[in-house]
Amino acid sequence: MSNNESPSSNEPRRGKAPAGERVADWADGRLGIYGLAKANMRKIFPDHWSFMLGEICLYSFIIIILTGVYLTLFFHPSMNEVEYHGSYIPLQGQMMSEAFNSTMHISFDVRGGLLIRQIHHWAALIFLAAMFVHMMRVFFTGAFRKPREVNWLFGFLLFVLGMFTGFTGYSLPDDLLSGTGVRFMEGAVLSVPIVGTYLSFFLFGGEFPGGDFVSRFYSIHILLLPGIMLGLVVGHLILVFYHKHTQFAGPGKTNNNVVGMPLLPVYMAKAGGFFFLVFGVIAAVSAIASINPIWSMGPYRPDMVSTGAQPDWYMGFSEGLIRVMPGWEINAWGHTLVLGVFIPLVIFPLVLVSIAVYPFIESWVTGDKREHHILDRPRNVPTRTAFGAAWISWYFVLLVGGGNDLWATHFHLSINAITWFVRVGFFVVPVLVFVATKRICLGLQRRDRDKVLHGRESGIIKRLPHGEFIEVHEPLSQDALHTLTAHEQYVPAAIGATVDENGVERKVKGAEKLRAKLSEAYYGEESQIPKPTVEEYKEITSGHGHH
Amino acid sequence: MKKLSARRRHPLAAVVVLLLALAATGGLYAAFAPASKAQADETAQSLAIDEGKKLYSVGCASCHGTGGQGSSDGPSLVGVGAAAVDFQVGTGRMPAQQPGAQIPKKKVIYTQAEIDQLAAYISSLGAGPSVPTKAEYGPDGADIAKGGELFRTNCAQCHNFTGKGGALTHGKFAPDLEGVAPKHIYEAMQTGPQNMPSFPDTTLSEKNKKDIIAYLNAVNGDDTESPGGLELGGLGPVSEGLFAWVFGLGALIAVAVWVAARTAKAKKS
Repeated sequence: MSNNESPSSNEPRRGKAPAGERVADWADGRLGIYGLAKANMRKIFPDHWSFMLGEICLYSFIIIILTGVYLTLFFHPSMNEVEYHGSYIPLQGQMMSEAFNSTMHISFDVRGGLLIRQIHHWAALIFLAAMFVHMMRVFFTGAFRKPREVNWLFGFLLFVLGMFTGFTGYSLPDDLLSGTGVRFMEGAVLSVPIVGTYLSFFLFGGEFPGGDFVSRFYSIHILLLPGIMLGLVVGHLILVFYHKHTQFAGPGKTNNNVVGMPLLPVYMAKAGGFFFLVFGVIAAVSAIASINPIWSMGPYRPDMVSTGAQPDWYMGFSEGLIRVMPGWEINAWGHTLVLGVFIPLVIFPLVLVSIAVYPFIESWVTGDKREHHILDRPRNVPTRTAFGAAWISWYFVLLVGGGNDLWATHFHLSINAITWFVRVGFFVVPVLVFVATKRICLGLQRRDRDKVLHGRESGIIKRLPHGEFIEVHEPLSQDALHTLTAHEQYVPAAIGATVDENGVERKVKGAEKLRAKLSEAYYGEESQIPKPTVEEYKEITSGHGHH
Repeated sequence: MKKLSARRRHPLAAVVVLLLALAATGGLYAAFAPASKAQADETAQSLAIDEGKKLYSVGCASCHGTGGQGSSDGPSLVGVGAAAVDFQVGTGRMPAQQPGAQIPKKKVIYTQAEIDQLAAYISSLGAGPSVPTKAEYGPDGADIAKGGELFRTNCAQCHNFTGKGGALTHGKFAPDLEGVAPKHIYEAMQTGPQNMPSFPDTTLSEKNKKDIIAYLNAVNGDDTESPGGLELGGLGPVSEGLFAWVFGLGALIAVAVWVAARTAKAKKS
């Protein structure tokens, strides 16, 4: 890099500078790339496989955009009715919308069309799944703590927008499956008290299905939502650069440094290669397995419906909410309030928001305003880990509800029994999972404590002269000792002094009491195992311990 | 001849001629009239009914009653017709192994000849739909696209878009239609076995049924091609989502682990 700055010095030069240098100079004079490069080329990224989950999201997003552009070249977002005369025989002569007809055309008569369609759709499913896992990685390691709360929200918004971009895209071919999904959405909108009907008419330009929704969903799917997402992705990445990447605790790693490899050349090469690997895996999946075979489903007609009509997986939990909700309704003054649909519609955002706001709840409970760049091991934060696991189990229970018919047919169960399991499980399973996860975390903390104080079990059994058998424990390396004890443990926040220096009693607010209680639940004796202190370690390893 | 000629005016001659004529006509009739065949069929049919009744008494009567009148364990069979018997016994559903939410298909126990005998007996109890002929369920002259439209309108809500089956309430289910003989599909539509509604010719004409069978054969038959690759059961987004998580994201995470494990490490002294 220092070589690149040489033109600014006045040393005489023989002949012209090399072509590459002249191009770089040209660009620097206009874009200031040397400054950017100087600041960022040696940016350090730590190495861990879980830090690449975000890359999977980014790359699948890029793949979706690339393949999506190809599809727009052939797709007609129109609901005009046409008769099918393409290559797929079992649909010939059927009436269908132009949207369906052009998707059939892409699938059967455009070169590479079906493969591109499948890559687009598989990449979308994988994009959402990768975002889910990436978000859970950030959650369980506490990477959302200050200063990264805003980036957590960016990521969360990307996940939610991804869900809706996926849903609108899934609806575009106007096939019988997606049409049923759109009908479902219309029903949910209709259930909104007072304004439901107006909203539905506004959305569909009149009575469902009307002739507008495909073209409207089209601009939402290819322009509005992806545009916002692209902006958020850029913001997300800028913030990752700005905050620098987090890292796991270990020798030499502190809250003030980042230990890893530089962006150039190591990370650029790795990330570039990884992009092609992701593209390769998704292309292979798309070449192997069929997705959304609209020719099997046929064109949408409001008088038809099929069993097994589910949304793509990321909307599955909303399907579950509707499927297991009892069909309650209130009829009064000639109006019907369809609670059986409206309550799920209200819970739907709550499920998502409950995980999105967690970082703010935790920072309020801990009262910790410091920056954190060292990741937590999930076991060392049992309450957070238990909360996350409970949330996942909640989500999973709803997914079971969304696929209740397939659980019934494939496991030879009664669909009613599954529905009741989900109704009860919606309330019970997260609690059980919370308790179990917390206990597992505490058990792992005890094990870590044991390992630090007594060493690793070597598997060697020794018989002592008096006949006793003991297992020889080997002490851990200094590195391992550091890693296992690097985490800090909070002390439960107590309610501050209630009497000031003048002896005047102040009123303790409810929020303060709640916070103290929560803090006790988070960091009380029941919720963490004290990590071994240096004194304990010295006492045990001072020679006379036989372990 | 002289004798005949001499007595041709005998007062009884006319009677004798009449008798002879009657005998000849009757005899010829007896020899040539189709009535003789009907007579023979009647015998075979009654034989079949007798045999069928014997089979019925052994295999079916414990639930459906000794005269097919039904009991608390099984419905009445009066008027269900030969088509119902051919379907239920011909797919192995009957005789049932055990009571339950729904009787599943299993290995066929009776030979086709025995099934025909049982069918003959049951249809003798009361008129009902007869077993369809090949001309009725065969593929000739069927409109596949029309069949698809009819299938999506009438059948897909239980059997799925291409007849992969689906769940009904309380452990009942609409079975997968792959590999079901065209004759049995026709009979099922005609008679509405178990939880299925029936689609008599007045609801779904003979031609409509033929179209549906042709459509199923095209989209869920033995040599149906899946243009997009593995079908994943043809069950829609649930199996696709599972596949995306397990094989899509699973493979990508494996790749990520592999990439992360191969890093440019600083050389250890």
